[in-house]
Amino acid sequence: MTAAASPRRLVTISSGLRQPSSTRLLADRMTRAAIAALAGAGVEVEPTTIELREHARDLTTMMLTGFPSPTVSAVLDMVAEADAVIVVTPIYSGSYPGMFKDLVDLLPEKSLAGVPVLMGATAGTARHALALEHTLRPLLSYLRALVVPTGVFAATEDFGESAGTPADAAPLSGRIERAVGELASLVVGRPPRSRRDPFAVPDLGAILGRAPGQE
Amino acid sequence: MMQFGIFSVGDVTTDPTTGRTPTEAERIQAMLAIALKAEEVGLDVFATGEHHNPPFVPSSPTTMLGWIAARTERILLSTATTLITTNDPVKIAEDYAMLQHLAGGRVDLMMGRGNTGPVYPWFGKDIREGLGLALENYALLRRLWREDVVDWQGRFRTPLQSFTSTPRPLDGVPPFVWHGSIRSPEMAEQAALYGDGFFHNAIFWPMEHTARMVHLYRGRFEHHGHGGADQAIVGLGGQVFMRASSQDAVREFRPFFDVAPVYGHGPSLEEFSAQTPLTVGSPQQVIDRYAAMRDHVGDYQRQLFLMDHAGLPLHTVLEQIEILGAEVVPVLRRELAVGRPAHVPDAPTHASLVAAAGGGREATVHAAADDVTGSSPDVVVSR
Repeated sequence: MTAAASPRRLVTISSGLRQPSSTRLLADRMTRAAIAALAGAGVEVEPTTIELREHARDLTTMMLTGFPSPTVSAVLDMVAEADAVIVVTPIYSGSYPGMFKDLVDLLPEKSLAGVPVLMGATAGTARHALALEHTLRPLLSYLRALVVPTGVFAATEDFGESAGTPADAAPLSGRIERAVGELASLVVGRPPRSRRDPFAVPDLGAILGRAPGQE
Repeated sequence: MMQFGIFSVGDVTTDPTTGRTPTEAERIQAMLAIALKAEEVGLDVFATGEHHNPPFVPSSPTTMLGWIAARTERILLSTATTLITTNDPVKIAEDYAMLQHLAGGRVDLMMGRGNTGPVYPWFGKDIREGLGLALENYALLRRLWREDVVDWQGRFRTPLQSFTSTPRPLDGVPPFVWHGSIRSPEMAEQAALYGDGFFHNAIFWPMEHTARMVHLYRGRFEHHGHGGADQAIVGLGGQVFMRASSQDAVREFRPFFDVAPVYGHGPSLEEFSAQTPLTVGSPQQVIDRYAAMRDHVGDYQRQLFLMDHAGLPLHTVLEQIEILGAEVVPVLRRELAVGRPAHVPDAPTHASLVAAAGGGREATVHAAADDVTGSSPDVVVSR
C-alpha cells in the first residue's frame, strides 16, 4: 500500500437510549483508542459516529413503509461502506435494545459480511457481563461479520476508575486496549472496502445462466 | 403526448370514517365504475393490479379488462403489475393476445415480480429464484408472441415442442410491455435490453431514488441500441387527493392516510408528502408537483395515479377522478408539451407498433387438425 492510500472508514454505532449516555461515553473511548491503534499500525482513519437514537423514529417508519428517510439512507450507506465498525449498546433485559435490532434488520444484505466489528456494551451491574457473548456475538455472526475476540463490557462501576486510578492501570482501559489492538490487526490485513453501488449495471446472464436473448 | 391514467391495487379496505368494509362484489363493481369514469373524463390508461390473496380482488385481470374493453371505446387497458414470476408465460401469452383482440389493440402490460412472498409457493415457485423466473419467463413470453412455432427448454417450466400460442397477437404485433420495479436494477436492465418501457412506481419512494433507477434504465436503453437515453420509455406512479382548498383536502384525507395499508401508523401525512410524490391539496398543487417530475427523470411518457385505495368510498374516488380529468390532466398535458423535444417519442400504442411493423398482417396459424380432439392428422394416422 502506498502512503497516499485513502483513509479507512471507521463507523461507530452508539445505541444508547438516554442523552447523555454512558454508552456514548464508552463508544467515544473505544473510537479514540481504535483511531490511535490503527494510526500506530500505519493506517489513517476517517471516523464517523452514529448516535442511533437520533434515527429511532425514522428506523421505525422504515420498518413500516419499507423505504428509508434521507438520514437513515445515509446511515445504511455508512455501515455498508465501513472498513471497520464499533458497535456499542446498553444491555436491557439481558440483551441489546430493539432500536439496535431495527437497524440490523434494515441493513441491506451483506452490509457487514467480512467486516471487522468490535463489540462494546454498558449495563448497570457486572452481572450482565456475558450479554455481549450470548446476544450480540451470535447476531453479528449471523451477519457474517468478523467479530473481534475481545468484547468490551463496562458496568457503571467501571466508570469509577478514572477517579485517581492511572488510566493505563485500569481494567476497562486495559480491555479497550486489547480489543482495539485486535480490531487494528484485522483491519490492517484487509484491502480497503470497495464502495457499494446499488445502481451498478447488473449481469442478467449470471442470473439466467445464459445470455438473455440466447436460447 | 404524455399518457395519463390511473391504476388500482384492488384492495378491500375498511373506510375508517364509517367503519364499513365493502364486499368483494362491491369492490369489483367499484373498480369497473372507476375504469368507466376514467374513460369518461378523458384519461388515457386504466391499469389493474394482480393479486392472489385477501384483501385484494383482482386475481383475474384479463377477465376484468375484457369486460371494461367491451364497455369502452378509447381508454388503454393495462396492468400494474402482471406477475411474470408465478404466472405461466404460456398463459400470459394466450390471455393477453386474446385481450388484444377483444379490445381492438387497446392493451399493454406491465411486468412485475409481485411483493407477496407466499404467492410463490402457492404457485409452486421458489421466491429465491424470483429474478431468474422473471428473466426466463419473459424471454419465453416474447418468443411465444413473436414466433408462430416455438421449441423451448428452460429451468422453470416444462419444455415446449412445436407449440403455437393462440390466438396470435392482433395484426401480428405483440402488446407493448413495461417492466415495473421499485428497487431492482435487474428489471431496469431487462427493460433496457429489450427496448421495453420502464415504470417506476414511486409512490412509496423518494424522488432521488426514482431518478437514479430511471437514469440507469435510460443509460442502458441507449447502450443496447434502442435510441438515445432521452428516447427511452418511462412511466411513473403517483398518488394524489384533491379538494378546492388544500386545508379541506388534508382534513378529509388524513383519516384514510393515518390507517392506510402499507404506510399507515408510520410517517405523518406531512413527512410522507415531503418524501414521496403523494400530494394532498388543491388541483393547482398537484399540477405544480407533477409538472416538475420531468425535472428529475427527464421528459417521460406515462403518469399513472393511485386514486382508490385506503378505503376511500367510491363516490369520493369518482369525484377525485373527475377533478383529475377536468382540472389537472388538461393543464399537465399543456405544460408538459412545452419544451418537450420533438425526438422524445410517445409511449408506443398498438397503432404505432403496427405502423412501425410496416402495417398489420393477418397472423393466424392455420393447422390441419381433428376438430374434435385437436389432434393433427399425422398423429391420427400414426396411431
